[in-house]
Amino acid sequence: MTKKKSFLDFVSENRFIHILLSILLGFLVGAIFLAIMGLSVGEAYGRLISSVTSLKGFSYVVVYAIPYIVVGLSVAFSFKTGVFNIGAEGQFVVGSMAAAVVGILAGNLPKPLLIPLCFLAAMAAGAIWGVIVGFLKTRWGINEVLSMIMFNWIAFYLSNFIAGIPAIHSDGTAEATKNISSNASTLLSKDLINRLGLAPTANWGILVAVVMTLLVWFIIEKTTLGYELKAVGYNKFAAEYGGIHVNRSILTALAISGALAGLGGALQLMGMGSRISVFSSQEGFGFAGIVVALIGCSNPFGVFIAGIFYGALMYGGSKLNLVGAPTQLINVIVGTVVFFIAISVIFENLKYLKKKAKAPVKPAAPAAEKEGEQK
Amino acid sequence: MTNFINNFGIILYATLIYTTPLLYAALGSCFSEVSGVVNIGIEGMMTAGAFTGTVVAYFTGNPWIGFLCGGLAGAFFGMLHAIATVNLGADQTIAGTAINMLGPGIVIMIAKVMFNSTDTIPLEASMKIPRLFRGVFDTATVFGRFMDNVFANYASTYLVFLAVLIVWFVFYKTRFGLRLRACGEHPQACETLGINVLRMRFLCVCISGFLAGLGGACVTMAISTQFRPISIVGQGFIAIAAVIFGKFRPQGALLGCLLFGFCSGLKVVLGGSSGVNMQLISMIPYVVTVIVLILFVGKSRVPSANGKPFVKSK
Repeated sequence: MTKKKSFLDFVSENRFIHILLSILLGFLVGAIFLAIMGLSVGEAYGRLISSVTSLKGFSYVVVYAIPYIVVGLSVAFSFKTGVFNIGAEGQFVVGSMAAAVVGILAGNLPKPLLIPLCFLAAMAAGAIWGVIVGFLKTRWGINEVLSMIMFNWIAFYLSNFIAGIPAIHSDGTAEATKNISSNASTLLSKDLINRLGLAPTANWGILVAVVMTLLVWFIIEKTTLGYELKAVGYNKFAAEYGGIHVNRSILTALAISGALAGLGGALQLMGMGSRISVFSSQEGFGFAGIVVALIGCSNPFGVFIAGIFYGALMYGGSKLNLVGAPTQLINVIVGTVVFFIAISVIFENLKYLKKKAKAPVKPAAPAAEKEGEQK
Repeated sequence: MTNFINNFGIILYATLIYTTPLLYAALGSCFSEVSGVVNIGIEGMMTAGAFTGTVVAYFTGNPWIGFLCGGLAGAFFGMLHAIATVNLGADQTIAGTAINMLGPGIVIMIAKVMFNSTDTIPLEASMKIPRLFRGVFDTATVFGRFMDNVFANYASTYLVFLAVLIVWFVFYKTRFGLRLRACGEHPQACETLGINVLRMRFLCVCISGFLAGLGGACVTMAISTQFRPISIVGQGFIAIAAVIFGKFRPQGALLGCLLFGFCSGLKVVLGGSSGVNMQLISMIPYVVTVIVLILFVGKSRVPSANGKPFVKSK
């Protein structure tokens, strides 16, 4: 009996277990939908797993995951500092476009110069996009969620507009920009890719993602800046009383968050896309970043793992139609996972299961008290 | 002059067309936010309504049953959001994000299974929401054409303006509305006065989903004739923006939506006639919103208890 109790306690107190349970439940709901549609659950999930576990498949997953990780870090950083960066989408778009412009117009520069220049341009563009919103908030008190939604769309149309400028626009018939110079590409050499049998878009952007993960962790946990930003996130009045410039903190947080999202755009472009199309609707990388940050509990290392997981779902999901299952199933699974993460309080209450069985007279009382204490 | 009047008529027509779905969703958002629950899942609820509305209308042949079912589909996702945020005290942003993935995910998957395509089959004219006053005005004259453009609109447009009036009345002239607003400002005080805050919020989030679903249904049953994955792209978020813009009041949301609809209408006319780049013209509504915010609106006061889960005290 005591062993079982401690197990339930363990389950109900461990955040990591909650995430795992949520993921399991997500797949369970996905399986129910598959069964309702009369499709084989084993076949669909088997396909999902087999398509991401081969070396080539996994290299695809990593390539997919790069922008998700970096944008996830951007959103996680904003969560830590008390701002909800729903504008990561726009910052991603302007970052990606800035990298494209540099990668096309300065294409003759040597690789060691051009690549950092593209990264810097993207980060600067993303940071500016974030700071504008921060400025609107600190100067005129304009709600940041509102202005971020507006700036996402402004970024979207701006990108489409720039893609149409003759110096940037593709020479061919494609509704897209020119391809960026090969000097700006982060792809691994053809030789290496063929020798190892990797995905054709395998690139070393993942190293940048690793560095950024460590950097974000370092800033949040080990620097005065991170401490100040977190303090503002927890309680901005207390932070202000403690001598922290709240407005400056908000601007810094949005600049860093924006720079990360912009970098995500550059990595996606330089490793995978190599040009930007004229889109008819938003691509949703910012939205994916929010999901990744949530699954990763806003912890940089958690975000890294969550990004790989999300990349695996997206790549594996794109193969689902081969077995006749709709690829949208992935969105249902991810949505369910996020939903259960949101209500993970139900897992916290698991430990009362046994007590309930023991004392069925007043089952809910301890659960409610516990809940009250937490809030 | 004739040309100008014609164009002006078209702008007003487009304004009304674009305003309608936004306004339904914005009214929904008002219900939820004013009662103290952040509802970022409006977009997902609209998508659910958009799909359900057009599919039910297709199979029953009756647009009104479809319209209502669109609302109910939105309400279903509203209920999910309510269970998570009101009953289980979930983080409201996270739950809303989940709804935004689940809503489109589920309906597009169902579309794929039912129609073997992500698009639904287009509705016939008789299955669409009817246009009132069609043929009342003599379109041969300039004035008649203007009137036809402006007033011969889909019935859903008239309904939504009626709905604004009703919501305004409910919010500010009824006991229910007073309680609703109080729940968003000071739920603890409400509880001591014997108001069931949890039930109140639950109901409001469901209503919010219902209205968002109606908004989605307008898109697929009036503006266009079928559901496609890109039917609802960002309207839900624009509706939320309109509510913040309107300082969380239904009449303010009306202004926000009209401003947005008007700029979109302008886009339609300018895009057809002038040589200005279409992408830049499409940017107008968003830029104008930001400028209007800076110049005229300024700070938006969020209901005090908005976003905070309410835990009933013992």
